[in-house]
Amino acid sequence: MAELPQAARGFGVTFFTMFKKVVTEQYPEDRDKYPPKPRFHGRHQLNRWADGLEKCIGCELCAWACPADAIFVEGASNSEEERFSPGERYGRVYQINYLRCIFCGLCIEACPTRALTMTNDYELADSSRASLIYEKVDLLGPMLPGMLPAPHPMVPGLTDSDYYAGKVKGSVPEQANDRPAAGGLGATS
Amino acid sequence: MTMTSNNGSDLAAVEMVSVTVDGVTIEVPRGTLAIRAAELLGVEIPRFCDHPLLDPVAACRACLIEVEGMPKPQPACAQVVSDGMHIRTQVSSPVAREAQEGVLEFLLLNHPLDCPVCDKGGECPLQNQAMSVGRPQTRFDGEKRVFDKPINVSAEILLDRERCVSCARCTRFADQIAGDPMLELLERGAKQQVGTAADQPFDSYFSGNTVQICPVGALTSAAYRFRARPFDLVSVPTTCEHCASGCSLRTDYRRDTVTRRLAWADPEVNEEWNCDKGRFAFPYLREGRITSPMIREAGELRPASWPEALDAAARGLAAAGSSTGVLVGGRSTVEDAYAYARFARVALGSDNIDFRVRESSSEEAAFLAAVIAGTPVTTTYESLEQAPIVMTVALEPEDESPIVFLRLRKAARSGRTRIVNVGAVATKGLTKVRGELLAALPGAEAQVLQMLPADIRRALGQPGAVILVGERIASVVGGPSAVAALATETGASLAWVPRRAGERGALDAGALAGLLPGGRQLVDPSARKQVAAAWGIDASELPTGVGFAGENLLAAARDGVLGALVSGGVELGDYPDHALAAAAFTGVGFLVSLEHHHSAITEQADVVFPVAVVTEKSGTFLDWEGRPRPFGQVFRDSLYESDARVLGMIATTMERRLGPSDVAGIRREHAGLGLWEGFRGQVPDRVPGFTMMGEHQFALASWRALIDAGVMQEGEPFLAATARQVGVWMSARTAASLDHPSQVRVIGPGGSIVLPVQVAEVIDKVVVLPMNSPGCSIYRDLGARVGDAVGLVTVKRHEGEGS
Ligand code: SF4
Ligand code: SF4
Ligand code: SF4
Ligand code: SF4
Ligand code: FES
Repeated sequence: MAELPQAARGFGVTFFTMFKKVVTEQYPEDRDKYPPKPRFHGRHQLNRWADGLEKCIGCELCAWACPADAIFVEGASNSEEERFSPGERYGRVYQINYLRCIFCGLCIEACPTRALTMTNDYELADSSRASLIYEKVDLLGPMLPGMLPAPHPMVPGLTDSDYYAGKVKGSVPEQANDRPAAGGLGATS
Repeated sequence: MTMTSNNGSDLAAVEMVSVTVDGVTIEVPRGTLAIRAAELLGVEIPRFCDHPLLDPVAACRACLIEVEGMPKPQPACAQVVSDGMHIRTQVSSPVAREAQEGVLEFLLLNHPLDCPVCDKGGECPLQNQAMSVGRPQTRFDGEKRVFDKPINVSAEILLDRERCVSCARCTRFADQIAGDPMLELLERGAKQQVGTAADQPFDSYFSGNTVQICPVGALTSAAYRFRARPFDLVSVPTTCEHCASGCSLRTDYRRDTVTRRLAWADPEVNEEWNCDKGRFAFPYLREGRITSPMIREAGELRPASWPEALDAAARGLAAAGSSTGVLVGGRSTVEDAYAYARFARVALGSDNIDFRVRESSSEEAAFLAAVIAGTPVTTTYESLEQAPIVMTVALEPEDESPIVFLRLRKAARSGRTRIVNVGAVATKGLTKVRGELLAALPGAEAQVLQMLPADIRRALGQPGAVILVGERIASVVGGPSAVAALATETGASLAWVPRRAGERGALDAGALAGLLPGGRQLVDPSARKQVAAAWGIDASELPTGVGFAGENLLAAARDGVLGALVSGGVELGDYPDHALAAAAFTGVGFLVSLEHHHSAITEQADVVFPVAVVTEKSGTFLDWEGRPRPFGQVFRDSLYESDARVLGMIATTMERRLGPSDVAGIRREHAGLGLWEGFRGQVPDRVPGFTMMGEHQFALASWRALIDAGVMQEGEPFLAATARQVGVWMSARTAASLDHPSQVRVIGPGGSIVLPVQVAEVIDKVVVLPMNSPGCSIYRDLGARVGDAVGLVTVKRHEGEGS
C-alpha cells in the first residue's frame, strides 16, 4: 500500500465508503422518517383552555425573559362583552420575531400560565422579514373538539381560579357567543 | 437624605447631633429620622409607609432597627435620633434583620400571587424588598384573604385591596397634602382595607399621586391598567403643558405612544406631586391630528404639499404685509412665542399681536408690561411657604394653578401663613388652605382692594408678604391698577398667575402689541435699538406705532382694517365674545392657521400648517414664577415641525431674513438680549369699576374648572368622570329666596341654560357657574362675561329636560 500514489489512496476512502451505511437524511423528501426529538425547541404555540379561552394573560414575562428581545406583548382588560381569557387581563397583541428568536426556551419557562409552549415545528424559513414576525393568530394553538373560539364568557358558575385548578373540561352551550363568526357566516337573518 | 425645599434654608441655623449607625458616627441635624441618618451612610433600610413629604406613622413596621438602650426593635422611619444614639440596622444587627424578615413574611402572608397581572410588577417595592430582605420560602399554607377586585375609589383610580400593605401613604397624602380626606383605612386585622364612603368617591384633583406613591400595586389608574411594563417604557423628563404651575413630569412611552405621565421630583416647584390633568390628559397628543398642510381651493380645504402651502401663505401674507394680525394662543413655548413675535415685527412689519385668547383688557396689557414682563424670578413657591400672608385676587388656585394650591396648603398647615382670598365664594379650595374670604362682587374687586381692612393692609406690609393675582383680573375694571398700587404701597411682592402654560413665556417673548422681548417697549428708542440689533435689522424697520391687541385686533380683522390673520394654538371658543371672534376669523381676507388639531379656526383658514405637539419638539415654558421649565423632545423622529420652524419657512418663502428658528438658536438670540433695565411703560391708574345689577339679578362669577371641556383633555373618559359636578352655586339665602329649587334657568344677555342648584358659601347676589365645562359654557350658552348681571328662574324638573 505504501507505494501506491497518494491520489489512489484518497479514492480508496471514497470507494470503501460507498459500502457503508448512509447517515445523510434527505430533506424534504424523507422528513417524516426523522421526526425531531419530543423536547426539541421549535416554533411556539399559545395554548387554550379546554373551552377555547386563551391562557395568555398578557403579562409580558416571556418578553422579559427573552434574551434576544424577540417577543412583543401588549396586555389589555377583558370585559364582560369581550372576554379572551379567564380573569381580568389578556394578551391583546402577541408577536414573536423568528429572525431574532434563538430557541432557547427561556420564555416558556417564564410563562406563569403555561400559555406559551414550544412545538416541534422547525420549518421557519421564509422570504421576507415581515412574514417572520408571527402574530397571535399564527401562534394560537388549534381549536380542538369542545373548544369555542374566544371571545366568549367563562363557563357559567366558574371563576378564573377554577380554570387554574383544572376544573374546566370543555365548553358548554351557554358560552356560545351569538356574534357572527369571521366572514359574516352564521348570520341567519 | 431627602431634603424638602423648606428645611434647606433652615439647615444652617439647626443644631447638629452625633449619631452612630452600624458603628459609624456622623453628625446630622437635630430632629433627623433614623432612616434618613442611615441613608446618609448609604444604608438602605426597607420601608413602605415612610415618605419624606408625609408625616411619619410607622404603620408598616418594615423598617425595624435596634436602638441601644431600647428593649425592642424600633421603626427607623419614626425614630428621631438624639445625641449619642447608637443605632444598628440589618447590616450589623441580627435582631434587626430577623425583625425585618419577620415583618416581610407577615406582609406576604395575605399578599396575592398577582405579580403577572399587577401593574406594579417590575417597579414594585414589595417585590424588590421581598428579594432583598425576605425569606426565600413561604411557611404559610393556609387560605389567603380575598376581596372583590378591583373596586373603583374614583372613576380613574382602582383599588385591589388584597395587594394593600396598609401603609397609609394614600390616606395620608389625601388628608395632609391634597386636603381631600376621602380615603380611609377601614376595619382591623386581616380585614384592614383602604376605602371610601359609599357616596363619596375619591374625586380629588390630585388622586393620581396616590397611584404613584402606593408602594404596591393596590392603587392603579384606569388609564394605565395593563398597558405596559416598566421595562417596555422609555422615560423622558418633560414639563407639563397644561398650566402655569410648571410641573416636572416624567413621560413614559412605548413605541410611538405615550403610555403614562408621572410627577417628577422638583423640590423647588412641584415637589413630588402633580395634578390629574397633567398626569392623565395626554391622549389628545395622538388623536385627531392634522397630518398635512392644507390650502383652500374653490372654497374647499384640500391637502397640499409643503412647498405649495408655504407659497400660498407667503403670497397672502406678503400682500397683507403690516396689516396682518398675529394671534398666539397661550399654549406655545417661549421659543415659539418668540418666533411669532419676531415674525410679526420682522417678516410682516406688523405690531398687531396678542397672546391672550381669553378675557383681556388694555389696562391689563399695560399692567403686564409695566410690572410682570421680563422681570427676574423673585416671588417663588418658596416665598409662598415663607410668607406671613398670601393674598389671592381673581384666582382660584385649586382649579387654576394646582401646585400653587398645594403650596398654599402646605404653608397654611405649617401655621406660618395667613391666606386671604378676594372673591365672591369661600370655595372648598379656600377652606383647604384655611383661607379667609374678603367678599367682593365679581368685577368690583378693585374697590375692595382700595378699602382693605386695616389688619390685612398691615399684614401685607410685613416682609415676605405676597399678592397673587390671576389672569381673571383682566375682567375687573381698575383691577390691575389697584393690585399694582396695593403692592407698591404695602411693599408686598406681586406675582401674576396665569392659567395657561405659555402665557408668561409669550409675555416675556414680546407676543403682545407694543411689547418687545424682555419687557422692552416698542416705543422706547434704546429698546428698539437693542431688539433690532438682535434681529439683524435696522431699528427703523421695526413697526413704529403700537398695534391692535385684544378685542380691538379681532374687530379690526372683522372690519377689514386688517387684511390677514396668522393664528397658532387658538381655540375660537376661548374668546369671551363668540360672535366677534367668529366674525373676525370668517371676515378676514386671508387666514393662516398653525395647529395640531382640527378646529373651528382651521376650518375657516386659507392655509393650514400642521405643527408639533409638546412631545414632538423641545422648548421651554415659563411657570408663573417666571422660572424657565425647559423640556426635551420625547419623539425624536417625529416629522412634525414646531411653530417656530414653520414661521421660519414662511419667512424664507417670503424672502424675508429671520434669525434662527431652531430651539437652540432662538434661546441663544433671546438670551443675548439680556435683562431690560430701562423704561417699562406706565403702571395703569384706572378708577375701579363696579358691578351693576337689577333687583332680581345676580352677578356672575366664573372660572375654568381644572377638569372641564378643554380641548386638551379630550379622549380621557376616566379623567372626565372625576370632574366636579356642573351646577349653579348660590348662597343658602339666595336658594331660599327662590324657594329651594333643585334646578334653575340662568338667563344671560345672549341665552339661557338650565342647571342643577348647588348651595355653597357664595356671597349674596352672586351666582357661580363653570366657565367652560361639559354642558355649561358661560360665553356660548349665556353670552355673558364674568361680572355680568344674570337672571334666575326656578325650573320644575320636567321643564328642564329637553332644553
Ligand atoms: S426561545 Fe429564547 S430567544 Fe426565542 S423567544 Fe423564547 S426566550 Fe426568546
Ligand atoms: S405567553 Fe405567558 S408569559 Fe407570555 S404574556 Fe402570555 S401569559 Fe405572560
Ligand atoms: S404589588 Fe408587587 S408584589 Fe404584589 S402583586 Fe403587585 S407586583 Fe407583585
Ligand atoms: S393602597 Fe397602597 S398606599 Fe394605600 S395603604 Fe394600601 S399599600 Fe399603602
Ligand atoms: S417604613 Fe417604618 S414603619 Fe413603615
